[in-house]
Amino acid sequence: MSEVDFSLAELVIVACAEAFRDDGEVMVTGIGPLPRIGAGLAKLTFNPALQSTDGECWYTSEPVSLGKRPLPEAEGLCTYARVFDTLWSGRRHAMVTPVQIDRYGQANISVIGDHKKPKAAMLGARGFPGNSISHPNSFFMPNHNKRSFVDGEVDFVCMAGYNPARYLNGKPPMGLDYRIVVTNLCVMDFGGPDRQMRVISLHPGVTFDEVQENTGFELAKIGDNIPETPAPTAEQLSLIAQLDPHNVRATVFKENPSGRRK
Amino acid sequence: MTLDKRMSAADVVAQLSDGMTIGIGGWATRRKPMALVREIARSNLKDLTIVAGFGGPEIGLLAAAGKIKKLVFAFCTLDQIALDPHFRASRQAGAYEVLELDEGMFHWGLRAAAMNLPFLPSRAGVGTDIIKQSSFEFKTVTSPYEDGEELVAMPAIKVDVALIHAHRSDERGNILTLSDDPLFDELLVRASAKSFVSVEKVVSTAELDMRNNGRFNLVDRCFVNGVVELPFGAHPTSANPDYQLDLKHIKTYCDSAASPEAWEEYRQTYVAVDQDTYVANVGGADAINALPKPIY
Repeated sequence: MSEVDFSLAELVIVACAEAFRDDGEVMVTGIGPLPRIGAGLAKLTFNPALQSTDGECWYTSEPVSLGKRPLPEAEGLCTYARVFDTLWSGRRHAMVTPVQIDRYGQANISVIGDHKKPKAAMLGARGFPGNSISHPNSFFMPNHNKRSFVDGEVDFVCMAGYNPARYLNGKPPMGLDYRIVVTNLCVMDFGGPDRQMRVISLHPGVTFDEVQENTGFELAKIGDNIPETPAPTAEQLSLIAQLDPHNVRATVFKENPSGRRK
Repeated sequence: MTLDKRMSAADVVAQLSDGMTIGIGGWATRRKPMALVREIARSNLKDLTIVAGFGGPEIGLLAAAGKIKKLVFAFCTLDQIALDPHFRASRQAGAYEVLELDEGMFHWGLRAAAMNLPFLPSRAGVGTDIIKQSSFEFKTVTSPYEDGEELVAMPAIKVDVALIHAHRSDERGNILTLSDDPLFDELLVRASAKSFVSVEKVVSTAELDMRNNGRFNLVDRCFVNGVVELPFGAHPTSANPDYQLDLKHIKTYCDSAASPEAWEEYRQTYVAVDQDTYVANVGGADAINALPKPIY
């Protein structure tokens, strides 16, 4: 097989798409360019049942491409109220990018520092608390380092995690279901002992030690030989180009590096 | 005698008092009652509790004007510009107390108030710092049924006065919100003791064509205490389909956070003026009508 050139962003998109493979018919929400293209790729290939939205208030027949485009065909209504009505049922899978995540999967988009007088104020919790205990969630973290993957707990827990100290009645919140974490270095899940974050594939040229060194807590690994994150196929690259005709994906990582690290 | 609820923006603000809890409708950059918000910003009102779950530029504007004592919210964003520098500066200065909520908890709180219930059980919030804030002591409830699940008791969010923006009304306060997405304006109004609605245009009841437009009539008029005709009253946020978000003005607003002088210039040009002057200063009606639909 001849080697196809691909960027790190394209490798990540394909890894993100995998999150949605077995979801069946659910609302899919990819926040940010790469999760969004990834969700679109999943819908165009192995999971056509996914319900994509236009980010406003319609379900669309086809995944909505990034940037200027013809008006997509609407196939259903997805008002703000309906997003909640549906997400509470569990029939949604979101992929989000918090600013911090910890060993429990607890995640933060609210503040850095003290909540009353933060060092850095960000968006606020948005719907993350409810999302986290209602439906499957996955994560895309563009900068795998100790500022994103923090030691201890995140500064303000917006998304609940597998942290027994915060469980009510000693039980994990019903609906808490974290799937995968895609980063610029690897793909992880929560399949380690006691839901420990676990490396399941390494991007080409990345070692487990490098991932561990850039993480604020101890990681598990899927085995002694961690597989390489699958490279995009020529077909996937062509669909990615169709979903992102203005090449927004090239702006996500500094200098748009190759997916095969030299 | 006829029922006529028309009033001016100044009449609305005259109904408000220091320390009140004011709810603001809309979502981030969509259908914010900005002309009414500016009227508050240039008033003498102080120590307000602002309930703006789905916050946009109204939060930063009122913060910059020094009006906020407490903020109840789930987020504050200008959408295309993710973080509002006025909001950030005020939060980072600890300028007011906050109660930060999950979006779902927020509308659950409004729903409880609208239903005259003390609380509604919520799974959202479990396991997070939302329920561990010092500004409110959240309690939990245990399901009395076999499941025995422990849930957060989301308290009713009771609001003194709601401000929302709609497209049309008649003089009796029958309103039409013509956007594809009604957002949660209805719940905010139902959760509030009084509500005032700015509208693009006051028309006759016949012109509302209610039999065809009933689905756009968010709430019964007995919840609407006053309507204010304020063309472009949502600007710089959108009132789709009448007009779109003015991203250029949003940037101007953001730039005014750069220094006290920049804010003062913005305040003089866009806040300390009546709505007609405001519309002229942001480029005029034709320019607003020509704003392109944003791409998401």
